[in-house]
Amino acid sequence: MASLDDAELEKLGPLAGDREARARRVAVFLGALLIIVSVASLATGASGTSLWRVLGAVLSGEEIATRDRVILFDIRLPRLTLAILVGAALAVSGAVMQGLFRNPLADPGLVGVGAGAGLGAIGAIVLGGLLPVAFQEAAGYFLVPLAAFFGGWSTVILLYAISTQRGRTSVAVMLLGGIAIAALAGAISGILIYMANDQQLRDLTFWGLGSLAGATWIKVATAAPLIVLALLAAPFLARSLNGLALGEAAAAHLGIPIQRMKTVSILTVAGATGAAVAVSGGIGFVGIVVPHLLRLAIGPDHRMLLPNAALLGAALLILADMIARTIVAPAELPIGIVTAVLGGPFFLWLLLRNRSLLDL
Amino acid sequence: MKPSSIKRAGPFQLAILAFAIAIALAQKVFADEADRVVSIGGSVTEIVFALGQQDRLIARDATSQFPPIASDLPDIGYMRALSPEGVLSVDPDLILAEEGSGPPEVIDVLEAAGIEFISVPDGYDGPAITAKIEAVAAALGVEARGAELIAEVEAQLQQATRAVADDRPPRVLFILSLQGGRVMASGTDTAAAGIIALAGGVNAVTEFDGYMPMSDEAVAAAAPDIILMMDRGGNHAAADADLFSHPALSITPAGAAQRVVRIDGLLLLGFGPRTPEAVRQLSSAIGTAQG
Repeated sequence: MASLDDAELEKLGPLAGDREARARRVAVFLGALLIIVSVASLATGASGTSLWRVLGAVLSGEEIATRDRVILFDIRLPRLTLAILVGAALAVSGAVMQGLFRNPLADPGLVGVGAGAGLGAIGAIVLGGLLPVAFQEAAGYFLVPLAAFFGGWSTVILLYAISTQRGRTSVAVMLLGGIAIAALAGAISGILIYMANDQQLRDLTFWGLGSLAGATWIKVATAAPLIVLALLAAPFLARSLNGLALGEAAAAHLGIPIQRMKTVSILTVAGATGAAVAVSGGIGFVGIVVPHLLRLAIGPDHRMLLPNAALLGAALLILADMIARTIVAPAELPIGIVTAVLGGPFFLWLLLRNRSLLDL
Repeated sequence: MKPSSIKRAGPFQLAILAFAIAIALAQKVFADEADRVVSIGGSVTEIVFALGQQDRLIARDATSQFPPIASDLPDIGYMRALSPEGVLSVDPDLILAEEGSGPPEVIDVLEAAGIEFISVPDGYDGPAITAKIEAVAAALGVEARGAELIAEVEAQLQQATRAVADDRPPRVLFILSLQGGRVMASGTDTAAAGIIALAGGVNAVTEFDGYMPMSDEAVAAAAPDIILMMDRGGNHAAADADLFSHPALSITPAGAAQRVVRIDGLLLLGFGPRTPEAVRQLSSAIGTAQG
């Protein structure tokens, strides 16, 4: 990155030299990895349905047994698609947030997405039964995802409004406001949890741990537009985020439209994470582990970091989901447990190994 | 899977082919004589066993733990967090699920896969048990055996409640947990409230629905004659000492007389064929309290 002089580059050791070429090699590797885990994910599952057998049948125009067709095209494929979308959304959002807040610990939770979405989901689970029956029937099992999305989204907009004064958004106010709003949302969630019955409590717990088990094509189709839009917008933020690493004032002097960049970043993160959390519940750690892992490999240049984060996030979530749905088959683990169990120790190991390198 | 579809598969899959043929043959052999039933919900599984149809079960959910032999069947997870492919992997042709199993989108996928899905109604009184047995028996095609079981259970249920005199029904407080000295009690509209009513008692708490933490003063004001808890095994003497040293509980009639009934959770709250036994245990305790 332009902000580092040669001496600093020297100190970085393994990251010195032509990082762009290295980043491209990493991107190719991650792309290949994504394809491999995608195929592996389609080929594995609790049932004996074989991807190859079904593909063979498709190619030769034979009839496929209903059971095999449902397992492959209505269970594994939408689930894989959702894992790719959610993984990419969480990882890219994490990278953008860390760049925006210039804080290595930042994740989408910081702008209240998680707390707001959680509140929305809990509200729908506990109070959904009070809605008019016609509305309940129309919303069907979209009630919880929709409520989670609007909960997350409206929290972010509220926070953005609070921290914007005379056309300038203060990142510091946003950070502190986020903590306050998360506490408030937590309190309201607490009231709802107090009102909940046993069954609802179980549902709440499982929602919080995240799962891709309910993946259907309709869910994919609902979440995809927002996530894809956000992923397409993210690369345009890369140069501005790089500039912002110098500090807001310096970045402004470089001619970076700070305010517009903040607005777009926050909308991107809110859209991508809001949609991801709505369809999959609370999946932790992807937004933190993936960007940091990549910074160690290819450095902090957002132009390379963002696309690579999308690839690695998707691959990681596919892998976690494969474990979640096969390790205790025929039952399945909530995926949030898997990402935390994989991510936590790995992240610690990285920290211990690279203590000197790890700096945003 | 049909053997004919195997013959035309590509030549590079010999190993998979052999495996697939083995499965196809195995399925042909068993298809005629046994249904492949998955039972979801503790009371549903109990009813399948009570109907003598356990040989047709191939899997059960995590809440199905009675009879103990049911635990030998593969576990497809918690009834409200089912995995679509997990359920399909045991290759069922019939799923019997207690009302509220899910999530709903998973049920949709299972039905799309062409598997018969029967939702068994749930409830907390005598007729609810009858309805459950009827639904399970009809789904398994053993209506005659079902009618016998219903008659049996209804007769037992009547007999079980006989021990209680009607003049002054005792107040029963169901304590779900006493974690850290906080009383989590049952209000109305719960399985615990249902069993208390069946056994001829009066629920000491009617101010709220479901299970809620109660303040100590409210516990004292509820003035239960008997405390009802789930039997979680362990040292009952120590647990009783804890229970009756609780300041609020110690000043209730139940605390003064040290009357606590502990019954296994699934037996007490399952509302299945064993409910008469639970009612008998509770009502005899109530009878003792009255006498």
